[in-house]
Amino acid sequence: MLDFLSVLDFFKDNLPDPLDRLAYPIAGMTLAMIVINAVVMSTALYTWFERRVLGRFQSRRGPNRWGPFGLLQPMADVVKLLAKEDIIPDTADKPAFTIAPILLLVPMFLVFAVIPFGADSFLGRLNVGVLFILGVTGVSTLAIFMAGWASRNKYAMFGAIRAVAMLISYEVPMALAVTGVVVLAGSMSLLGIVGAQSVPYFLVQPLGFFVFMTAAAAEMSRAPFDMIEAESELGGGYITEYAGMKFGILQLAEFMAPLATAAVATVLFLGGTSGFDPIPGQLWFLAKAFALVFLMLWVRATWPRLRVDQIMGFAWKALLPLALLNMFVVAIELVVLQDSDTGAITRGDLWAMAAVNWVIAVVAIVITANVLGQRRLRPETPVPSPLANMAAEAD
Amino acid sequence: MAIDTKPITINVGPQHPSTHGVFRLRVTFDGETVVDVEPVFGYLHRGTEKLAEERSYVQIVTLTDRLDYTSSMTNNQAYVRAVEKLAGLEVPERGMYLRVIGAELQRIASHLVSTGFFLQELGTFVTLLMYCFRDRERILDLFEMLCGARVTVSYMRPGGVFQDAPEDFWPALDVFLNEMPGYIDDLEGLISDNEIVLARTRDVGVLSPEFAIDCSVTGPNLRGSSVHWDLRKADPYEVYDRVDFEVPIGSRGDCFDRYMVRIQEMRQSLRILEQCRDQIPEGPVRTEVPYFIRPPAGDAYAAVEAPRGELGFYLVSERGIAPYRCKIRSPSYMNLTVLRDVLVGWRMADLVIIFGSIDVNMGEVDR
Repeated sequence: MLDFLSVLDFFKDNLPDPLDRLAYPIAGMTLAMIVINAVVMSTALYTWFERRVLGRFQSRRGPNRWGPFGLLQPMADVVKLLAKEDIIPDTADKPAFTIAPILLLVPMFLVFAVIPFGADSFLGRLNVGVLFILGVTGVSTLAIFMAGWASRNKYAMFGAIRAVAMLISYEVPMALAVTGVVVLAGSMSLLGIVGAQSVPYFLVQPLGFFVFMTAAAAEMSRAPFDMIEAESELGGGYITEYAGMKFGILQLAEFMAPLATAAVATVLFLGGTSGFDPIPGQLWFLAKAFALVFLMLWVRATWPRLRVDQIMGFAWKALLPLALLNMFVVAIELVVLQDSDTGAITRGDLWAMAAVNWVIAVVAIVITANVLGQRRLRPETPVPSPLANMAAEAD
Repeated sequence: MAIDTKPITINVGPQHPSTHGVFRLRVTFDGETVVDVEPVFGYLHRGTEKLAEERSYVQIVTLTDRLDYTSSMTNNQAYVRAVEKLAGLEVPERGMYLRVIGAELQRIASHLVSTGFFLQELGTFVTLLMYCFRDRERILDLFEMLCGARVTVSYMRPGGVFQDAPEDFWPALDVFLNEMPGYIDDLEGLISDNEIVLARTRDVGVLSPEFAIDCSVTGPNLRGSSVHWDLRKADPYEVYDRVDFEVPIGSRGDCFDRYMVRIQEMRQSLRILEQCRDQIPEGPVRTEVPYFIRPPAGDAYAAVEAPRGELGFYLVSERGIAPYRCKIRSPSYMNLTVLRDVLVGWRMADLVIIFGSIDVNMGEVDR
C-alpha cells in the first residue's frame, strides 16, 4: 500500500516522458512527506493521549477544553509556542544551540523510515534495519549534549553530562537485547523479523523484552530514568535555556521518542503487523504500539526517579547480565532445537523455548532483584534516644 | 594524563521547582557531589514581627496565618495561647476542643502537603502530589465550614475560637474520619514499600539525635531521629492530656524515617480527632474579651507542637493595645540550621529530597 516500489512504479507510469527520470526522487519525497506528516500528527495525538492518561492517573481530567475531548489541545500548544519569542542566550554557542533541536528530531524520523507499519507499507526496505535503528538513535546523545553544552548554563550542562553517561551505558544492554531477537529470527531486516515471529518474541524471550523496554525507557529519558531533565532537580536539564519553537522541536522529539520506541518494540517483540484477519495489520500495529506506550505511561505516572549512580549501576549490574543471559540462552536453545540441515525452527520449538525462557526470566529477575535490592523494608522497632525522653522526664 | 577538574558553584533557587518557595542554596558541586552549601534566605521577608508591634492583639491573628501558610491553625493557636498567658484569659472547654480539632486537621493537611512535595521531588511526576492535595482539599472544605476561609483561616481568637462549628460540620467530619485512613493506606500501599523509594531515601541524609538536639531541631525531623519528644505529650496544653495518642518515632534519622513519621502522625491525628469529636462538651466557645486587650506589663512565651516543630511566640507587653515586642520562634527556621551538615557529601538528586524531607516553609523562615 505505502510501499516505495509501488509508488515509484506509479510515478514512472504516469509522469510524462521527460519527467519520468525524476520519478525516483519524487516518489521518495512523496513518501517522506506522508510519513513525516503522519508521524508529527500522531505525535500531536500522542501528547494529548499522554496528558489525558496521566490526568486520569492523577485523579484529574487533563486537557479537555479545545475540540472534542480536548483533541485540539496540541494545536493550541503549537500556536502558543510559535507566538513566543525565540530567545538565544547571549553567552550561548549560537550554531550548536540552533542545530541541536534539529539534530535531535531527525533521528526520530529516520527510525520511522524503516518501520514496517503494515505487511506492505514501509518506506525503506533495508536488510540491516536493526543496525540502522541502533545507529541512528545513538545520534540523539550527541544532540542532547550539544543542546546542554551550547546553552552555557550550569543546569543544562549537568543534564548534558548525565545524558552522555546514561545514554551510552544503556545502549549496551539495549543492543544486546536486540541481538537475541536477531539471532532467533536469523535476519536483521525488520520485515524478516516480523515474518519470523510465528510466536511473538516477547513470549519467546521475555527477558529480552524486559531488558529492551527498560533500556529504551532510559534511552528516551523516561521515568524512572528521567534524570536528564529531572524537573525537580535540574529544572529541565538541557532544555532549560530553550524557548519558543526550538523548545517546541525539542519537545516534539521527546514525545516522538516513546512512539518510535513503541514502534520498534512492536516490530521486534510483538510481531509487528500480525493479528487476526478482519482487522488490517496497520491497526494491529497501532494497537500494539499504543498498548506499549500506555505501559510506559503507567510506569511514568507511578514510579519515582532513581539517582544518577543507581541508574548507572542498574545498567551495568542488572541489565547487562540479564541481556547477556538472554542472548546466551536463546543461542543455546537455537542450536539445540533448530533443524540441523535447513536451520529452520518450527512454531512448536518456539513455544517450547517460551516455556523454558519464562522460567529462566522469572528466576533471573528474582535473583537480580534480591542481589541488588538489598533495601527491603523491614519493620524496625525504633529505640527512643536516651537524650530526651518524655517518659523518663515525667518520673 | 590527569584531567584537571574543579568544583562548580550553582545557585539552586530562589526560582527552582524544589525549593519550597523562594529559598536559595549556593551549592558547590564536585561533579554530582555536594561539597559545600550556603543557604541564602530572606526573599520572603515581610517584617511580621515589626508589623505585630503596630497592631492590636486581635489583629495580629491575621498576621500569624501568613507565617507558615500551610498550617495557619497551629500558628493561630500558638499566638493566641501566648496572648492568653499574657493577659490571663480563660478559654471555655468547647473552645479548647474546637482548637484541637482545628490544629489536628491542620497537622494532617500540612503533612499531606509536605509528603506530597517530598514524593514529587523523588520524581513521581505529579501523581502522588495530586493525591495528597486531593485529600487536603477535604480538610480545607472543613475549614471553610468552620470559619469561611480555606488557607488563611484566622479561626482562633484570644479567649476561644471565632465561632462555634456549624451543624453540618460534624457529619462532614465523620465522613472525613471514615474515609481518610483509607486514603493514607492507598498512599502507603503505593509508595512506602517501593524499591526505588527505599533506595533513594533509606540511610540518605541521616540526622543523628545528638546533632539534631544541638541544633534545636524539633518536630517530625527530631522524632525521625528517634528522639521521643512532642510538646503535646511533654507539656500537654489544651485538651491533649485528655486524649490518647502515641508519638511515632523513627529508627535511623534518614529521609525515609522523616517521611514515615509524618505518615504515622497523620494516623495519630485522626485518633485524636475521633476522641475530640466524642468528648466535645456543649457550651460557649469564647470568653467575653474586649476588642482592645490591654494585658498587664510583663512577658509570656507559649509554644505549641506545630506540624513542623515547636512554634513559639514570645510577647512583651507594656500595657498598650499592641505588644511591645513579638518574637516568633519558628520551627522551619531552626530546622534549617542542620541543612549544611546533612547535605554535604550527598549528590545533586539527594540534595533535593533531603531538603524536601526536612520540610521547611519559607513563609515561616523569613517571617
